[in-house]
Amino acid sequence: MKITPETVSHVADLARLSLDQEEVESLTAEMDLILAYVEKLNELDTDAITPTAHAVPLENAFRCDQPSPSFSAEKALSNAPDSNEDCFRVPRVIE
Amino acid sequence: METTGLTIHEMRDLLDTGKISAAELTGSFLRRIHELDTRINAFIRVTKEQAEEAARRADRRIREGNSTLLTGIPLALKDIFVTEGIETTCASNILKGFVPPYDGTVVRRLREQDAVFLGKLNMDEFAMGSSNENSAFGPVRNPWDETRVSGGSSGGSAAAVAACMAAGSLGTDTGGSIRQPASHCGVVGLKPTYGRVSRYGVIAYASSLDQVGPLARDVEDCSLLLQAVAGYDPHDSTSVSLPVPDYRGSLKNGVKGMRIGCPKEYFIDGLDADVIASIRTALDRYRHLGAEIVDITLPHTDYAVACYYVIATAEASSNLARYDGIRFGQRIDDGGGLIEMYRNTRARGFGAEVKRRIMLGTFALSSGYYDAYYLKAQKIRTLIREDFAAAFDQVDAVLTPVAPTPAFLLGEKMDDPLQMYLSDIFTIPVNLAGTCAISLPCGFSAEGLPIGMQLIGKPFAEETILRAAWAFEQEAGIRKGPPL
Repeated sequence: MKITPETVSHVADLARLSLDQEEVESLTAEMDLILAYVEKLNELDTDAITPTAHAVPLENAFRCDQPSPSFSAEKALSNAPDSNEDCFRVPRVIE
Repeated sequence: METTGLTIHEMRDLLDTGKISAAELTGSFLRRIHELDTRINAFIRVTKEQAEEAARRADRRIREGNSTLLTGIPLALKDIFVTEGIETTCASNILKGFVPPYDGTVVRRLREQDAVFLGKLNMDEFAMGSSNENSAFGPVRNPWDETRVSGGSSGGSAAAVAACMAAGSLGTDTGGSIRQPASHCGVVGLKPTYGRVSRYGVIAYASSLDQVGPLARDVEDCSLLLQAVAGYDPHDSTSVSLPVPDYRGSLKNGVKGMRIGCPKEYFIDGLDADVIASIRTALDRYRHLGAEIVDITLPHTDYAVACYYVIATAEASSNLARYDGIRFGQRIDDGGGLIEMYRNTRARGFGAEVKRRIMLGTFALSSGYYDAYYLKAQKIRTLIREDFAAAFDQVDAVLTPVAPTPAFLLGEKMDDPLQMYLSDIFTIPVNLAGTCAISLPCGFSAEGLPIGMQLIGKPFAEETILRAAWAFEQEAGIRKGPPL
């Protein structure tokens, strides 16, 4: 499929990335090229193939429900760009 | 005596017999970094004071007769490993100023041995790249030729070891990020089987592919470093609780009767003539050592790069959603509300390649395209995994080139992302299959650049490929350092 600037802007919106006009143009061309290469995967018939999500077959990893120490609020907040008392502080969400 | 050029096992003997102290050894490395790294740019941060303090602790332990294999050995870590109290950036502007409140498991295991950390190493931002040119701290230059790339993404890890600015290092490998820079810088690099080493405290790129591994100056050092970090970790539920064998103990058992596969799909158009010649010579050496060379086929090799760039970018787009300017890292808030804050923080915090991969991955997972791209790629991944399973019914290991060419020039592929992606064509299939592989020097190009070969092993058969690599290294005797 052909990648258009509108597709790029839509995907950027989903990814929460603001892009300038120049980035939209270069990403349109690059994604078009890379996805055209990826079309190669369609040469193979995979209808009967089971997908692999993980190389090592994994079952649910259960463990005992035992409490153990975790970070203090102070430590957990030590890298926060903004905090207030024991909370992360974010820009206003509800007007 | 130039101690910085020794191997870890040679340093161990000098430390334990009191011929040198950990403090002296650490001092030599710190001086070497100070002299050379303005040229190479392998380090993002040198932790001089912490290193000197760790060396003093190591010296006490050695005097008490309680040293372990890595006590007092000066190592350095890719800046993807979370280190308590030491800024960890993943070579990204978005994490500048991030000082982790904890150590990752592998870091903790090395600290428990009183290994010395010299600092944090340069890399491609979030481990996305094959040349170390995608770093917010500038590219790493190849110690063999400073106009060329170190390889990536663990470029700092490979260059620091090659230039004797660290005795050994740890990197991570998602599509070749340990093996390719090791090859380009003339050192040994091992990507263990997925699940062999804990990923707890390793900043995630593509979680079903990422794996931690060592880079070192010889195969024996590589085995020592793997020994130190391998094993189950309750903090990483994808780590595997198989016993960890004594890797060093079986190094010298030889390759007599070993069956080594040579896949025809790896001898592609565009493969450098010097690389082909080095691989052919390596195959001859193995025959001479008593191994049997078997022609094999890995029929879906040609689909691996396309498959990888769907799966890895999809996982990356999900993993990197956490960089939202709230809990850690940079925040750019122009007062436009929460969503605008996310968009601006990410726009200014991420570099071009990271944005490109987030975009590709978001696209592949988006409504209407999931089946055509992501699910399709997961099915192709099954075929690639089955290729290896079938090959390992016939052989004990597979020998291939690591990269199609020796180290390319800085800037050579930066305008062409697809060409850059294709330079990982021989390393990516191993990550998709989840198995282990080692990269080690096997020759030099006409211009004197190192060439690496790759030995791929069965899942959890690191012992076999280390043994085969050690036998070759002894026979070939080509270990030498760059002309610095």
